[in-house]
Amino acid sequence: MRSLRRGLAPLLLLLPGGGWLVVFFVVPMAFMLLISLQEGTFDTGYQLTWNFGIYPQVIGQYWELYVRSTSFAVATTLLTLAVGYPVAYTIAFHGGRLKNALLLLVVLPFFVSFVIRTLNWRMILSDNGMVFGTLKDAGLLDQNFHFLATPASVIFGLTYNFLPFMILPLYVAIEKIDRRLIEAATDLYASRAQAFWRVTFLLSLPGVVAGSLLTFIPSVGDFITAEVIGAGNPQVFMVGNIIQRKFLDSLDYPAAAALAFVLVAGVMLLVSVYTRLVGSDRLAG
Amino acid sequence: MPSSIDVRLDRVTKRFHEVVAVDDLSVDVEQGEFFSMLGPSGCGKTTTLRMIGGFEETTAGTIYLGEADVTGLPPFKRDVNTVFQNYALFPHLSVRENVAFGLRRKKVDNAEIDRRVVAMLELVEMPGYESRKPSQLSGGQQQRVALARALINHPKVLLLDEPLGALDLKLRKQMQIELKRIQTEVGITFIYVTHDQEEAMTMSDRIAVMRAGRIEQLGSPEELYERPRTEFVAGFLGVSNLLGGSVVGRDDSFVSVRIADGTVLRAPAELVNGSATVRIGVRPEKLRVTPIVEGAGPTPADGGLNALDGTILDASYIGVSTQYLVKTRDGHRLTVYAQNLETGGAAEALADGHPVRLTWQPQHTFVISVTTLDDGRTPVQTEEGAP
Ligand SMILES: Nc1ncnc2c1ncn2[C@@H]1O[C@H](COP(=O)(O)OP(=O)(O)OP(=O)(O)O)[C@@H](O)[C@H]1O
Ligand SMILES: [Mg+2]
Repeated sequence: MRSLRRGLAPLLLLLPGGGWLVVFFVVPMAFMLLISLQEGTFDTGYQLTWNFGIYPQVIGQYWELYVRSTSFAVATTLLTLAVGYPVAYTIAFHGGRLKNALLLLVVLPFFVSFVIRTLNWRMILSDNGMVFGTLKDAGLLDQNFHFLATPASVIFGLTYNFLPFMILPLYVAIEKIDRRLIEAATDLYASRAQAFWRVTFLLSLPGVVAGSLLTFIPSVGDFITAEVIGAGNPQVFMVGNIIQRKFLDSLDYPAAAALAFVLVAGVMLLVSVYTRLVGSDRLAG
Repeated sequence: MPSSIDVRLDRVTKRFHEVVAVDDLSVDVEQGEFFSMLGPSGCGKTTTLRMIGGFEETTAGTIYLGEADVTGLPPFKRDVNTVFQNYALFPHLSVRENVAFGLRRKKVDNAEIDRRVVAMLELVEMPGYESRKPSQLSGGQQQRVALARALINHPKVLLLDEPLGALDLKLRKQMQIELKRIQTEVGITFIYVTHDQEEAMTMSDRIAVMRAGRIEQLGSPEELYERPRTEFVAGFLGVSNLLGGSVVGRDDSFVSVRIADGTVLRAPAELVNGSATVRIGVRPEKLRVTPIVEGAGPTPADGGLNALDGTILDASYIGVSTQYLVKTRDGHRLTVYAQNLETGGAAEALADGHPVRLTWQPQHTFVISVTTLDDGRTPVQTEEGAP
């Protein structure tokens, strides 16, 4: 009896989290899977025909978009890390009394809607806008130069939009590091660079992992940035753009659901490979 | 002689804004010495140590390691290692990698590192713990790993900042003995910071008693205890009985000092530097209590002992000894620790109000020159063979 109860306790503890997952993840995913296996048109209605053939069909047609989305998201993650790490480090170690004010500045953009911020960047970065227009007038830039609707511009937009998601977990991880460990490393003949890589950076890895996931996952599925800063250029479309079009414009629900299902499954696969590679035992410290 | 000096601080000052943490401090630490810095909280011990380690810049003054001026060098360029107060072991590295950290930075080859790690863990009595993480060790074990991690580099000098501060009393005592053994074994100069006078006395060759960023007195534990030069040192290193008086006579070995109640006491002449008013002191265990028998008349002060009359104010039996509080005729209170050698126990202790005579050897008297007290700025050094 007692051993039975002891065996049950961990399961009971899993209930709230597990329940959340079932209601908000497993059930919607199952619905999406079922929708993807239907056939028909919006006007005549959709029937579940277990049409698994939709998967090879959409993958065959749109694999390039998956590759592009993934590479944009990887580039975004690396850029946010490169920009966010020095910011988080500086706030955590040299922020002093300004720490909270600086952190507020980091999240301040969230006070304005994502779409509006992205639209503003489109204006700022347009061919004859504030930045490039001025540079062109000054003769510093070729008149034909344009930035909007290039892959670089989309990656720039994504990096801007998800930077706080990188900075915050990094800040938390770096702030926790005992400064005496860095002193101890320099005491043991590590140069400042070695002390950084061997102690500070390794100890901040949980923040790096959390920040990467928090930027990679939303960027890979993002469609607003490519839509707005990409200025509707199909050459820079990401998977999200196609899914959105299929759901809302062509009302092709099965194909849209299949594309989305592949995206979620792919992200889950990548994330599990990534966390395994970085080593979750490292994260446990 | 300069070649046997390992660390020299030459007029070192450290200011944090308005706070003067270390004030014009000069000291020489000799090669192979166990040197302690002892003092109350905030007197600048940690700051001094951090300047030697290179973690804190000096505001003024020069620091030498051996012959070399290291004042401006970063920690990784100094042949010094530190055992930090809370150990500062790398939580993400195993015991082996923690201990090997310094050697890896110095590019020692792997086989040599493995060999030395094993030997070092043996020295600190932690063999077989190589693959544990610091979080899987007890406080005492972490302490040993921290020591091994520093010692494996064979630094010229090892700096220790209250390394035993986090341990319980029993483990502390045991580690004090260990530390001393290891220091003797490796022969490295230890500079040890503590605010525990007993700990400093047990382990050190020499102690610098610090106060407000300065060295108040420097000497061997015995010198500091037997011959404190200031009231602060006398009080910091144990209980002391102090009496003010004026010098009334002098011969080759002793000066005579008349205290307030008229008694003339003798103190070693070399301790008095010519001033007319002095304070003399004596440690409680140096005093002998003899009951004065009514009507027997004053007993002559035999054998040249100092003698001072008073009455018992309080007696407390504490097992190995009995502690008396004695009031002198002019109202001073003196503490006496009487060994319970012959007496059978609490019942035989002298009763309150009993007239007694306190006697002690004149050479056990120490002298606090009044001038040093007022002007605490002059650090007093009592080196062996000093006048
Ligand atoms: N980084 C700092 N900024 C400002 N003041 C400091 C700093 N470090 C130390 N101090 C001041 O310098 C003085 C000496 O400090 P220190 O840490 O050397 O004392 P300590 O003798 O080690 O004391 P404890 O026994 O409490 O460790 C103190 O008054 C302290 O407040
Ligand atoms: Mg300290």
